[in-house]
Amino acid sequence: MDAHVSTGNYLTQSHGWKSWLFTLDHKRIGVMYFFTTMLFFAIGGLFALSVRLELLTPGQTIMSMENYNKAFTLHGAIMVFMFIIPSIPAALGNFFLPMQIGAKDVAFPRLNLFSYYLLLIGAAMAIIAIIQGGVDTGWTFYTPLSIRTAAPVVWVAGGVFIMGFSSILTGLNFIVTTHKLRAPGMTFHRLPLFIWAIYATAIIQVLATPVIGITVALLIAERVFKIGFFNPEYGGDPVLFQHFFWFYSHPAVYIMILPGMGIISEVIAVFSRKHIFGYKAVAYSSLAIAFISFLVWGHHMFVSGQSELASKIFSWITMFVAVPTAIKVVNWAATLYRGSIDYKTPMLYALAFLFLFTIGGLTGLFLAALSVDVHLTDTYFVVAHFHYVMMGGTVMGLLAGIHYWWPKMFGRMYPETPARISCALIFVGFNTTFLPQFWLGHLGMPRRYWDYLPQFTFLNQVSTFGSWMIGAGMLLMFIYLLWSLKNGAKASANPWGGKTLEWQTSSPPPEFNFDYAPVITEGPYEYGVKSHEEARVGS
Amino acid sequence: MSGAHTTSSGSGTLHVHHHFDSAEQQYQSSKLGLWLFLVTEVLLFGGLFVAYIIFRVLYPDAFHEAHVFLDKVMGTTNTVVLITSSFTMAMAVRATKMSNRAQANLCLIITLLCGAAFMVIKGFEYSHKFHEGLLPGGLFTNTEIHAPAAKLFFSLYFMMTGLHGIHVLCGMALITWVLVRNMKGQFDAEYYTPVELTGIYWHLVDLIWIYLFPLFYLIG
Repeated sequence: MDAHVSTGNYLTQSHGWKSWLFTLDHKRIGVMYFFTTMLFFAIGGLFALSVRLELLTPGQTIMSMENYNKAFTLHGAIMVFMFIIPSIPAALGNFFLPMQIGAKDVAFPRLNLFSYYLLLIGAAMAIIAIIQGGVDTGWTFYTPLSIRTAAPVVWVAGGVFIMGFSSILTGLNFIVTTHKLRAPGMTFHRLPLFIWAIYATAIIQVLATPVIGITVALLIAERVFKIGFFNPEYGGDPVLFQHFFWFYSHPAVYIMILPGMGIISEVIAVFSRKHIFGYKAVAYSSLAIAFISFLVWGHHMFVSGQSELASKIFSWITMFVAVPTAIKVVNWAATLYRGSIDYKTPMLYALAFLFLFTIGGLTGLFLAALSVDVHLTDTYFVVAHFHYVMMGGTVMGLLAGIHYWWPKMFGRMYPETPARISCALIFVGFNTTFLPQFWLGHLGMPRRYWDYLPQFTFLNQVSTFGSWMIGAGMLLMFIYLLWSLKNGAKASANPWGGKTLEWQTSSPPPEFNFDYAPVITEGPYEYGVKSHEEARVGS
Repeated sequence: MSGAHTTSSGSGTLHVHHHFDSAEQQYQSSKLGLWLFLVTEVLLFGGLFVAYIIFRVLYPDAFHEAHVFLDKVMGTTNTVVLITSSFTMAMAVRATKMSNRAQANLCLIITLLCGAAFMVIKGFEYSHKFHEGLLPGGLFTNTEIHAPAAKLFFSLYFMMTGLHGIHVLCGMALITWVLVRNMKGQFDAEYYTPVELTGIYWHLVDLIWIYLFPLFYLIG
């Protein structure tokens, strides 16, 4: 291997829009994914604010019933397919997977750029659907409504198909990269836990996403050619659609959470200045979660009319996914114990994750229990549960990762005080928005309803107020992050004292990541281990 | 095996990209990437096979009544054509590995012709179905078949053979691209990765047809 002497860093080594749009550098592709997915997050968030605004009062507040159906559908579809599934893997994963394993790029850089363009094309198709009036089926597109509605389902379904391929190709790229491009000495058991998480995620992406591909293809064929698989008129079965849909969409939620968990492992170790307790348990639990995730899709269908036996089996297996998940949470807590905690913003988000994700996970048990689920299904309890795990989990993980890696990506520190204010607003706002929704669901308020009983008004208003706090916190965050790109304090190579490879090179990194090829002689979290203090990067 | 250097006397265009340490690492990465992609293809078709199994179990009589309307002769011919094309594709890969450019060209051309023959026969089959009103679900107009679920049989038939046909076309496009590059002298014993990967993809396309053929044409 030769030493690469690069001029400047990956941001400055070439200029002009062509050098970005035709780049093959995983770091630039990661940055483009980052800004794109954050834009989609903002759009999905605006739809969320509009949904909550409508629910400020019973009856009509700002929009009709039909538009409300479109608003929550677009909120869900944009957040799921255009934000939460791509964001951590394609933005942070793209940037840091090669760096953390000591590679110069991913295995297939051109495929990487192609994946990004697929996301844009799929998103454009979804936007066309919005311009044509939007879709009102819910993000789950259940038949028969999705077949009969006049809404532009084909555009959204087509967009999902294309974006699915973006996800598949990213996962494929990451699996090959992890297997083939690790630097000398980087054995699997020395990999940072973020890599284990991204790797497990990539396996799910490759195995599960083709199934949503064929599902939306069948939905399109159903609308265009009336193939009848889901239409009882021709002998088909609408519940078959639900089986197809959830066979992907349940593993998909683990595509969403696993990368966030990977970031939490990194941040907790670094900001406790301590090795991760139970490294192998945390590493293998990612694989266990990926495996179990394929076996439980029917827990979304307890009241669909599927057989009682099937429901019982799905309920039983679903309980098992709590085991590797709890292993992670317990090991993180054990890592904090007697650590030297540094309460910087990444750590604040990681602590928020521990609290919020635990609530989300525990409420998942209520829903996994078959008899309880029959009462809670399609109520606000479910809405609260998945927002606690997806937003209280994944988004907190994403925000932790953004702040943790911001200095490395852009060579600038974010301003700590506004960041803490933003974190507080988001944390308090989040609980204000979603904690009441557990109660609302328990009281029987259905989800996806434009109207509600008068006795639910107060809790809905609290929830809407919470959404404004989240909005304020996010807005503040966008402002100070953008501000810091030009005005933030210049970052050193390793402002946090991290021990993973990305911190052994400059901030921002040079074009080919390392000026000297790294040789790995120890694990990623060897704090307080005397013999290997400085010797991580050999030449 | 691909060597770790570009040959000065040979005519191939082995180029080790900057992020790989050796040609061998690049080659193995490409192969792993392609096999992972094949896994996704199996899962894509897998959903359709699951639908087939479900509807077959639900409506065995309809499937029995409907399947006789498929032309076994054309189906069998197509099967022989595709298996032959897999053989010639394998020969093309072998020829490239032995730096026999002319033989590789010939084998690739025959493979392409087989693929074209497959699509032409498919075209005849489809147009016959349109003629008879044997169409998917809601477009079905045939009056000879009485079982209502026969519509589902033809929905499955068109979805699965149609998706397969799209993959045959993609495979033919890949083979054409490889053929053009081979004619330009870009492949030899040292560098044959695109030829081999295209071959593996083509074998999968053949394999999927091997499953489709008995499920639709043979079992009653």
